[in-house]
Amino acid sequence: MTTYTKKQVTDLVKGELDWDSLHQMLSMPKDKERYGQYMEVLQEQVSWDDRILLPLGPHLFIVETGDNTLVTKCGCGHNFGDYRQNWKLNALVYVRDNETKMSEVYPKLMAPHTDWQVYREYYCPTCGTMHDVEAPTPWYPVIHDFQPNLKAFFDWLDMPAPANA
Amino acid sequence: MTIMKNITDGNAVGSLLKSGLSLNDHRNLILQRTKETGFYDGRKNLELKESDPIAYERIFSKLRAGLVSSREVAKKIAASPIVEQEGELCFTLYNVAGDCIATSTGIIIHVGTMGAAIKYMIQNNWEANPGINPGDMFTNNDCQIGNVHPCDIATIVPIFHDDTLVGWVGGVTHVIDVGAVGPGSMSNGQIQRFGDGVQITCRKTGVNDTPLRDWLHESQRNVRTPKYWILDEKTRIAGCHMIRDLVEETIREEGVEAYEQFAMEVVEDGRRGLTSRIKSMTIPGTYKTVAFVDVPYSHEDVAVPSPFAKVDTIMHAPCEITVKPDATWRLDFEGCSRWGWHTYNANPVAFTSGIWVMMTQTLVPTERINDGARYATEFRLPKGTWTNPDDRRTAHADAWHFLVSSWSSLWRGISRSYFGRGYLEEVNAGNSNPCNWLQGGGINQEGEIHAVNSFETAACGTGACAVKDGLNHAAAIWNPEGDMGDIEIWELAEPLLYMGRTIKTNSGGYGKYRGGLGFETLRMVWGSADWTMFFMGNGYMNSDWGLMGGYPSATGYRFEAHETGLLDRIRDGMSLPQGKDLNPDMPEFEKHISPSAKVKRDKQCITTEAIFENGDLYLNYLRGGPGFGDPLDRDPKAVEEDLNQNFLLPSYAEKVYGVSAMRDEDGHWEVDLKETEIRRKVIRQARVAAGVPVRDWMEQERVKILDHDASVQVKQMFASSFALSPKFLAEFKSFWDLPDHWQLLEESLGIPMFGAKHHMDISELPDVHPVIMTEQ
Ligand SMILES: [Zn+2]
Repeated sequence: MTTYTKKQVTDLVKGELDWDSLHQMLSMPKDKERYGQYMEVLQEQVSWDDRILLPLGPHLFIVETGDNTLVTKCGCGHNFGDYRQNWKLNALVYVRDNETKMSEVYPKLMAPHTDWQVYREYYCPTCGTMHDVEAPTPWYPVIHDFQPNLKAFFDWLDMPAPANA
Repeated sequence: MTIMKNITDGNAVGSLLKSGLSLNDHRNLILQRTKETGFYDGRKNLELKESDPIAYERIFSKLRAGLVSSREVAKKIAASPIVEQEGELCFTLYNVAGDCIATSTGIIIHVGTMGAAIKYMIQNNWEANPGINPGDMFTNNDCQIGNVHPCDIATIVPIFHDDTLVGWVGGVTHVIDVGAVGPGSMSNGQIQRFGDGVQITCRKTGVNDTPLRDWLHESQRNVRTPKYWILDEKTRIAGCHMIRDLVEETIREEGVEAYEQFAMEVVEDGRRGLTSRIKSMTIPGTYKTVAFVDVPYSHEDVAVPSPFAKVDTIMHAPCEITVKPDATWRLDFEGCSRWGWHTYNANPVAFTSGIWVMMTQTLVPTERINDGARYATEFRLPKGTWTNPDDRRTAHADAWHFLVSSWSSLWRGISRSYFGRGYLEEVNAGNSNPCNWLQGGGINQEGEIHAVNSFETAACGTGACAVKDGLNHAAAIWNPEGDMGDIEIWELAEPLLYMGRTIKTNSGGYGKYRGGLGFETLRMVWGSADWTMFFMGNGYMNSDWGLMGGYPSATGYRFEAHETGLLDRIRDGMSLPQGKDLNPDMPEFEKHISPSAKVKRDKQCITTEAIFENGDLYLNYLRGGPGFGDPLDRDPKAVEEDLNQNFLLPSYAEKVYGVSAMRDEDGHWEVDLKETEIRRKVIRQARVAAGVPVRDWMEQERVKILDHDASVQVKQMFASSFALSPKFLAEFKSFWDLPDHWQLLEESLGIPMFGAKHHMDISELPDVHPVIMTEQ
């Protein structure tokens, strides 16, 4: 199985990996070590010490804090609460639900009609990063995108699971 | 060789297999052993593969290579650009039970649809009547059996060795017209099966390797484009026969026992292949996702035969994907909305089989995809929904309208796995809605009855990845080898000249990595006698979403112009519209046509046949893909490049990307990195200022729900999902903390609701035993 250097994984995360290596990653069987290398690279990008267990987005992570609780955390350090809860419920939202607000992002004829569909932008209350854009109908419940089974995941990785997974 | 007696007389039941079993008993025993053991046909050990791996690989490679090359050779027979240019065909090899062993490239959704047709023949005792004999051909395009839409015509040929059935081969092409109410392969004027075009139910259409004359005469007069129809059929037959020869040769070389063993083991191998990929690439857990698409039928430009279809509705497909600790998975579509009076309904097989098209582009990117993957997957498609209709009247001609949308949401779900494990190279924000479908017909430039369906859709923008932008005008979800086709070929096939073909500015979803852009072509009607066209795509809604902070792609819009005066302008050497509709809010085409031209420029992207005269214009806008990540994270230099390439309208560089850029005298854009940094900081602060805590916003939204304050189409969607799914209703009420007495009934909306209460399923017809392969 092909494995990659930490430099290659770092470049991948930065979006700077050369095409040949990227193509190799696409076409070869997956390297199980990637997760460990990836966590190291991500951990170096943040200014806090909580251990990153699983990224949910470029700036959003499930982390294990010093007292072993698992929370969802923004890259800026903002804490979105227990990792089993939908982090979006503790975010800020900006809803594009009329033509004026839609026109800020697309020409009128290239944007949805808000009688049919709205854009819901979820921001970090501390740093203003946009972590997600939902595009549902009005009334649609906030979507809980992903609830990982961390215990089974670490089992698959042959790694010890966090104490409170 | 076949004797005449066999043509009309069926086979004595059990005479087709060495075991003496009927085909149905044979298949049922396989299903039973699979269920009991968890291994396909109970094959815990892959005896051939383990004892003689080289022979196993030899057989696989020979079959696969033969399938691919047969497709390439057969393709050349076709004259239809849909087949010949776009590659809308596929050949698949099945074992005796109708489970796929291996497939060619192309529109591989038909791995499942043709398999479903074979299983239907097995389950409904085709062996007794009409009989299954060497040299037979069967034709199927019935959507109630599993076909995607009537225009995908399958030819199925049984394969024998020493008078014993050893398998089946199927070939499918997307034909240009099937004689639906409206011209074109995916038309939408009809709202029921009875207007959806000719439907053939596993009919025996050939014996002794020869198509039957009654079939040829009947089928050719039932479609508008018999020349293409005839050559398409020859394409399918030639491919099937090449593959049958290949199987016979393989049996001669390897022995029939080895071949038959291979034909079973390879399915179990495929099942294991999927679970091992799930374990190596995904993360166990629960993923929730949802998709929508608009069905705007109340508009005056949608002419349908029945008044009860004249309603605006929204199609709804929530999905819960559960990746289990044992590396199998379940896809549950609880909460989907009801089927409707339009051509966007889908059979469960079309839905599940199509998912493999998508998976071969991500989770199982191998030539080894076969029916084994289906055995490692639990699907649940509730009965009565748009993807499992409980009424035999449903139309399916453009099932893609929503299939593509609902799959786009699955990309997002599964991409969360890839992102979490660091396989960023696999992340895809989703697929575009590959449309518009330019369709129409009448009398063409050759003076012949004609129909068209422009497959420029085969090259839409792709979704953004987590490390790079989506590809521009590159592909469509249903055909991984898509191609927009040559202008010159389309101009031969259609009475429509190209005024221009150019990238569609601003069509890709914004993001750290943007979605691939679509393109647009402006067509002028030329040389036709009587001609109509219509539009088919999404307009009021997006069917894709961005991922992890990226935006959905742009929605569609419609531009058509009549009484343009263009023929005079050409004669007088005046300026002409050249094909670039840079910003649809600041129309450009209108400056180069007669001021009195009748222009339709709006969001009504589904229309039915409208008359087009020579000199009239039609804009074919092919959509872009969704974006990934917060646009403020996009490299400012990449935005500069987008501006210089005309990929992005300058005002959105500023508003969405927070990029400050100046244009020099030569028209070249250059970003100011320092200004950009400041601007982005300001936008982040503005977001924090404008954003509302989600729980506060929920209070406001809850009031709207209590007041039933939403458009009729939104309420119809929810009401239809609530009626079909008490679970979806309960979750909705619980999320919004609604009082027990709160309800939303379709009856309260003042719109016709034909089909909601009274319906009749295909299974209620005499002697019909549908094949059910999913939970419902
Ligand atoms: Zn933050």
